[in-house]
Amino acid sequence: MLGWFDENLVSILNGFAIGALLFVLAVGLSIVFGMMDVLNLAHGAFFLVGSYLAVNFVAGDSWGGFLAALGVAALVGLLAGGALSGMTEPLARRPVLDQALLTLGISLVVAEVLSIVYGNDVRSVSPPPGLDTSVDVAGSAYPAYRLMLIGVGLVLALAVWLVVERTSVGALVRASVADREMVSAMGIDNRKVKVAVLGIGSMLATVAGVLAAPVYGARPGLDETILLLALVVVVIGGLGSIRGALIGALVIGQVESLGRALLPDVASFILFGTLALVLIVRPRGLFAGKVAHS
Amino acid sequence: MSVQSLPAETAPGAAAAPAAPRRRRPPRALTAVLAVALLAVLAAVPLVADPFSTNTVSRILVFALFAMSLDLLVGLTGLPSLGHAAWFGVGAYTAGLVSTHWTSEGLVTVLAAAVAGALAAAATGWLAVRSGGVYFLMLTLAIGELVHQLAQSLSSVTGGSNGLFGIPSIRVAGTPLTLAGYVYWFVLAVVLLGALGLWLVAASPFGAALRGIRDNEGRMRSLGYSPFRYKYLAFALAGGFAGLAGGLFAGLVRIVNPSDAGFTTSALMLLAVVLGGAGTLWGPALGAAVVVLVRDTFGPTLEGHGPLLLGLVFIVAVYVLPRGVAGLADLRRGRRRAVLPGTDEAPA
Repeated sequence: MLGWFDENLVSILNGFAIGALLFVLAVGLSIVFGMMDVLNLAHGAFFLVGSYLAVNFVAGDSWGGFLAALGVAALVGLLAGGALSGMTEPLARRPVLDQALLTLGISLVVAEVLSIVYGNDVRSVSPPPGLDTSVDVAGSAYPAYRLMLIGVGLVLALAVWLVVERTSVGALVRASVADREMVSAMGIDNRKVKVAVLGIGSMLATVAGVLAAPVYGARPGLDETILLLALVVVVIGGLGSIRGALIGALVIGQVESLGRALLPDVASFILFGTLALVLIVRPRGLFAGKVAHS
Repeated sequence: MSVQSLPAETAPGAAAAPAAPRRRRPPRALTAVLAVALLAVLAAVPLVADPFSTNTVSRILVFALFAMSLDLLVGLTGLPSLGHAAWFGVGAYTAGLVSTHWTSEGLVTVLAAAVAGALAAAATGWLAVRSGGVYFLMLTLAIGELVHQLAQSLSSVTGGSNGLFGIPSIRVAGTPLTLAGYVYWFVLAVVLLGALGLWLVAASPFGAALRGIRDNEGRMRSLGYSPFRYKYLAFALAGGFAGLAGGLFAGLVRIVNPSDAGFTTSALMLLAVVLGGAGTLWGPALGAAVVVLVRDTFGPTLEGHGPLLLGLVFIVAVYVLPRGVAGLADLRRGRRRAVLPGTDEAPA
């Protein structure tokens, strides 16, 4: 058992690193849908915007470029989310599907614009200095950057949990997931909440894109792969549930890493099998709220 | 685009007739004349057009059938699928493999493709149709992406990311069809039969039950229908027709790529359905024509960035054409909505 653990330590750690990234990505998607009923299919495209911003800014070996990329990506994400909120507003009275279709169109446009601007080559991004080395973890060499990702994921999970469970903003979030109309009846302007939620949700996507750039690089098609993983995470965890996003991200992280390492031929089946298994047992995801969104 | 015009006069009215007896329809004779005229024009295409244009129209026909099969899910049953290209891809690969390794007899390959599409959809559909709305969207996206990845990773069978190429040309009664015109007529015949099949499904009591489930699932359940069984069957049927279109596609272009089963193809077909008007069958066929023309004809002049234009069209269409082009036709006729949400749609 311990031998097996030793052999696969790198894969397990990779799984945690992917899980951390997926959590950052999925929590935005989950909150936006849980609170605002907007299924943002442009989430993957926003992620890719972040990755390409990292390509732009992380030119030299300095922290400055990496932090600048994070800052710009956060700003771009906020603005994009705000714009998305404005664009979905005329569709608020229409079925949820119409808004999903709108974001699908936006994702097509954004992905094409990115491929026009940056071309179709795979771009790689180097980690910031100090994190581009390998660390010795229980006898195996492991990239320091990925360890930092795991740390960032943990810190962010803790921060999100604290905000949602312990602050008045968090109470608003929980209340909106449960019953948005009631919240609005209590005198809270739904539109302002929507702008904020979509802004923060999209910001998480672009920031995740920057964070992921040193691992995945940036290439056309990455947006779809990432969107799929994030959707699977959110479906497994339950839409609107932050705890669900965390558990789902950790599970899918391991499926993607350990699953691919141990059973490379059937990795796609494992991903789908996990999804199927969870949905058979819990049709609305592991941690679906008490109010079902249909 | 001939048979596609038929359902317009039957589909929306058939089920809702008791609720809206005064609904105006175009005269049957006019529709019949239009249908025959369209059929004649379509049949005459290879005689007047050059091979390249004939090939483009062939592809439009294939994608029209594909879009109509998706409409069976989206428009008729109210299940928006973002992974429908998976069954198209399954059909295309099946037809390609059958004609490479066994026989390229046209009817055998497209029937094998249809069966494979239906079986693949049935194998995964039970999971997808358990949920509705956005969950269905996400699950079909996941299933579609799985098929896409399989096409890429099973390279010993599918040729991996190079695609499956060197598919022999379609044979009819042992004679290979080498001229674009003969291939076109074969495609046209199969597409018309497929469209007829879809129209029969939509016009049948089964189709009426699907519309009932779309409009008011709770009510259908209380009437004793099992929504799950109907949705599941609709899912498998739609997969079968998409597979049929895929089989034609493989015989037509003679190369199948993993991207044919991928997300972008699914998204473009959903665009075709939305653009044309979900639930009318002829609308999505029209939408498919627009999508194929924009992607393949204008795409090269935009340096391969046709999807950019399609994405913009998609965004505009969501805002200004909530019921698609078919919705425009309804407006012109003075009826605002073909199906009212509260309309009693229970089958007689």
